[in-house]
Amino acid sequence: MTDCVFRVGGEGGEGVISTGELLTMALARSGYEIYTFRTYPAEIKGGHANYQVRASDRLLLSQGDQLDVLVAFNEEAYQKHIRDLRSGGVFVYDTDSFAPSSADSDSAILYGIPLTSLATEKVGVKLTKNIVALGVLSALFDIPREKFEELLKERFGRKGEAVVQKNLQALRVGFDYGKGEQKRDAIRLGLGPRQAKELILSGNESLALGAIASGLKLYFGYPITPATDIMEFLAKELPKIGGFVVQTEDEISAIGGVLGASFAGTKAMTATSGPGFSLMTEMLGLAEMSETPAVIIDVQRVGPSTGMPTKTEQADLYSAVYGGHGSCPRVVMALTSVEDCFYGIMRAFNIAEQFQMPVVVLSDQYLGHRKATVPKPDPSQVPIITRRMPTPEELHAYKRYRLTPEGISPMSVPGMEGGYYVAEGLEHDEIGYPAASNHENHLHMTRKRYTKFHAVEAIANDLVRQYGVEHPEIGIVSWGSTEGVVREAVQIAVDKGYSVGALHPKILYPQPLARLRQFMEGTKAVIIPELNFTGQFATLLRKRFTIDFVQLNKTTGLPFSPQEIVNKIEEVANDAARRGARTHAAKL
Amino acid sequence: MPPDVAQELTPQNYKTDEHPIWCPGCGDFGVLASLYQSLAKLQIHSKDLVVVAGIGCSGRTPGFVKSYGFHVVHGRVLPVALGVKLANPKLTVVGVGGDGDGFAIGGGHIPHAARRNFDIAYLVMDNATYGLTKGQYSPTAPKGFQAGSTPYGNIEKPLNPLAMLIAYGATFVARGYSGKPKELADLITRAIEHKGFAFIDIISPCITFYNTYKVIPPKLAEVPHEHDVTDRAKAFELTLLDDKVYLGVFYQVQEPTFEDGVAQVIKTAQASSRPRLEEIFAEFS
Repeated sequence: MTDCVFRVGGEGGEGVISTGELLTMALARSGYEIYTFRTYPAEIKGGHANYQVRASDRLLLSQGDQLDVLVAFNEEAYQKHIRDLRSGGVFVYDTDSFAPSSADSDSAILYGIPLTSLATEKVGVKLTKNIVALGVLSALFDIPREKFEELLKERFGRKGEAVVQKNLQALRVGFDYGKGEQKRDAIRLGLGPRQAKELILSGNESLALGAIASGLKLYFGYPITPATDIMEFLAKELPKIGGFVVQTEDEISAIGGVLGASFAGTKAMTATSGPGFSLMTEMLGLAEMSETPAVIIDVQRVGPSTGMPTKTEQADLYSAVYGGHGSCPRVVMALTSVEDCFYGIMRAFNIAEQFQMPVVVLSDQYLGHRKATVPKPDPSQVPIITRRMPTPEELHAYKRYRLTPEGISPMSVPGMEGGYYVAEGLEHDEIGYPAASNHENHLHMTRKRYTKFHAVEAIANDLVRQYGVEHPEIGIVSWGSTEGVVREAVQIAVDKGYSVGALHPKILYPQPLARLRQFMEGTKAVIIPELNFTGQFATLLRKRFTIDFVQLNKTTGLPFSPQEIVNKIEEVANDAARRGARTHAAKL
Repeated sequence: MPPDVAQELTPQNYKTDEHPIWCPGCGDFGVLASLYQSLAKLQIHSKDLVVVAGIGCSGRTPGFVKSYGFHVVHGRVLPVALGVKLANPKLTVVGVGGDGDGFAIGGGHIPHAARRNFDIAYLVMDNATYGLTKGQYSPTAPKGFQAGSTPYGNIEKPLNPLAMLIAYGATFVARGYSGKPKELADLITRAIEHKGFAFIDIISPCITFYNTYKVIPPKLAEVPHEHDVTDRAKAFELTLLDDKVYLGVFYQVQEPTFEDGVAQVIKTAQASSRPRLEEIFAEFS
């Protein structure tokens, strides 16, 4: 079995990210499952950057725990990451830059390579030292060199043959140097088993593709890390299918454009991150009140305020669920994996259209920016649902907001004869006329909007993933991008003999109460791991269940590692054993 | 509501069952009457018309015009109107709002709407006051204006909407007056006919909180006949004259619209390739 975690670290702007990307692509094209994690400085030049890629011949669920191979271009990268290298791991470094301590020399297998001088003297271009490093890795770990060659030709082809040749030369220089090293470790990759039918996508790319599959035609957005690449991807792809991306003057305009376009019958969306989402709450209420379908994506980053723009967190859940004034029925979903980004966004469009309300979709930096190998998406798995339109009879004395048992009223679009109405932000009657002083009417209309909201609960109950022991003693309820890490941790813990299982809902508001109740009944403890300080999902669940949840909160701007979850499982298991069995009754 | 039949549309055809909630004598009645006149003149079918409005007395307009309407939140007429127009460029889109809605809370959208030059008519009913919250000063209120929030007099100078719109790159900039509905109807017609972003600052007095019906008429004058509406500098100059309140078109030029630009981008993108999702997938394998 192959399962190898690489990390490359160095100064931002010196090619760390592109080294990681090329390594990732070469590993993927060599037939491995890949799973990346990147963290990079907020500065464009300078600052510390690193890129992690895990490669395996089986399904990967997380970025992994300890490193098997660390590549450091400078001393800062060495100091920052050497503790993450497993005992007996491989450390590749630039001898022109620094020398590791003797203690580290004893615990790791070292390959000191004069990367800078090879690049300056043998290639003649200092900037190529990262390509020299890739050549070294290719030689040391038997990663097929032709995959790198193919990638370099694709990446630099546009810059001309001379640039391609320089890079191929750098790769060869590194490769030859690596072959000259005496092999002292056991990592040998060669070709992996993966079939070529998979794609290599980031979460943001997968999401954008899913939106196109849903019929997206207009995108409105304002640049913000880490959501910007959704806009850039769509700016290139949407015009090819007759659509367009508008870079608006702010996020308020972005959601305004989405509502206008959706009102006029076109599928539209926007994506942002925390600070932009704060602005968008203004018009979320308008979407709710006017019952206009809208899809709003929040690729979360560390907050509050400007926070840590390039780091990950799951702390916008309250804002997504509660942001806004008045009684606000909206659906909140969370994407769980690169593959789920594709189908998740399709479901978000379906829910928005079917229930004529806004759907807030939470992703995060960790998920949006990581790449993974995924089976080629199949859009037919999520049949497209469109809004209920009025019948010719209904257009006679048309009532846009007609009270119906299911709360859903027929929605006309401009261009339809007889379907005239005003999409109202004021409280309104069934026709859509303002009814700002009709107290009874406000109750009926609020009830109508919440009838739709509660109907989504049935969908939420279907959109739940469960892992590990079916009726566990220790349950884990997790959400969003932690799915893979939790699933891997559960596997490890189950293998160790613990009675552990995890439930992972994809719709967080309304919650899948039936499934949650079913899952938590009979557990001795329920752990809720979240990347936020206060336990936002745990707090939402406390309103529904009288369980003394065990919170596992991480607030460093980094994702969980599987080991952190396993440690908590073991701690809770020992604690429960000490205190004897407790019972938890679900509040009904 | 009268049935939709293929006969000549009259101003009556655009009336709805909803009765305006405005104070008797409000300038907005004049604007609404002019809008009906103009729509009838242009024979715009209700099904192809969308009126997007902000918050304030003027924001209630969509309910009084038989058409599709979107009564949005305060200050966001232009972003929503852009979405409507891009979704279906065949629609006639009219934006309406007040001076507070457009120039205060929504002021950040005006430069971008103007320079994008998307094809809508934007009518601002300018009464220099916040009528719906009982008469506070607005961005166009004069210095010294005394009201609830300025009991000792307004210390800010008013902004000049026409100068602002010309500076931002709007391709049609005009001023009208609710007390001259015939002339106003003509201006609205020209604004709707104009291909691009057309702006009319409409003086529409608030009879309850800032009654200017006696002050305005003596100052009114037509934009001079010799004025060249394509001369941007001259148009700007005209906006700065404060001896008179000029009515008419200050500036009008033809430039490509945002929709033209979108169509061009789509053409360029499709000339290189027209991929189905399958082919986009292939880029990532």
